[in-house]
Amino acid sequence: MSTVKELILNTAWCKGCGICAAFCPKHALEVVDGKVRKVEGAECVLCGQCELRCPDYALYIDEKEGGQEQWVKSY
Amino acid sequence: MSVNIGDVKPRPDQRQMSSLIYKYMRPEHLPQIWCPGCGNGIIMRDVVQAIDNLGLRRSNTVIVSGIGCSSRAAGYMDFNTIHTTHGRAIAFATGIKLANPELEVIVIAGDGDISAIGGNHLIHAARRNIGLTVVVMNNNIYGMTGGQYSPTTPTGEFGTTAPYGNLDRSFDIAGLAYGAGASYAARGSAYHVQQTIQLIQDGIRNRGFSIIDVASVCPTYYGRKNKKGDAVEMMKWQRDNAVTVQQAAKMTPEELKGKLVIGLLHHIQYPEFTFKYTELIRQLAEEREENE
Repeated sequence: MSTVKELILNTAWCKGCGICAAFCPKHALEVVDGKVRKVEGAECVLCGQCELRCPDYALYIDEKEGGQEQWVKSY
Repeated sequence: MSVNIGDVKPRPDQRQMSSLIYKYMRPEHLPQIWCPGCGNGIIMRDVVQAIDNLGLRRSNTVIVSGIGCSSRAAGYMDFNTIHTTHGRAIAFATGIKLANPELEVIVIAGDGDISAIGGNHLIHAARRNIGLTVVVMNNNIYGMTGGQYSPTTPTGEFGTTAPYGNLDRSFDIAGLAYGAGASYAARGSAYHVQQTIQLIQDGIRNRGFSIIDVASVCPTYYGRKNKKGDAVEMMKWQRDNAVTVQQAAKMTPEELKGKLVIGLLHHIQYPEFTFKYTELIRQLAEEREENE
């Protein structure tokens, strides 16, 4: 069993301020129509910079034991 | 459909938020109603992360807030919380701490709440060195009431009540508390998350009055009135203009103009007030026993 990390986006809470996208070191996030989403083809290194600076707690790095590796999940 | 005031909103799915938020916040009240890009949400998370890092028990921690945008934090955080009257957060917190000195009391307040309406409470709590931790969400303006200039609005900058620029000089809240006798004074920013978490952590651990002045961003009023751009631009300003205390020591006052000095500004140990108070009670009780 290994630990799997994934970026979870909770767009229901996103207000589209764009802070996460601006400070993402890999430019893997963008705001489209006022909601955050993953940039197609960009690589997320799961550093968690977005989680630290999101004022609305709309995204986070989830860590769990085993399971299917899933890169990004949206609510 | 009828809604009863007593209805409790269902708790949202745990997968919608990180375990930190689920553990320490009241998710049924989230998302918070602060404006898009408001720095207060970031600072509230910093406080919660600092509490988690220290392993404080929720039942042993009290969050006290006054009135203002920042003071809504007490409603979102799942601790023993109290949302008090304008400027009086420290007054209430003093009472809580004196009645139960074993409690960890954290005050969350805005710049207007703490340095204008509650300015007197701030300096006297600092002078007393009572064991409170005050986290100031400093956005340089009165956001909730519509952008009036506050004691921390820099000279020459605009607010709805300063259409030609603010004539007053601004308060340095951390410096004010330090001058009044606080044993721990630090400054962080919404951008510098890791440093701010560490400063809040050290502030909570300090036995005495601790103040952490955290520069927030208010894109809706301060940013718009002063043409500072959106939340991202304001956060980038913090990133590019922050200098650490160590760097600042080597800079001239001219070079420091318009810079944000962050880090631990002052830390010195004085006896804490509730400790001295209980010590005095014990001493008097002993003397009385001897006399009887």
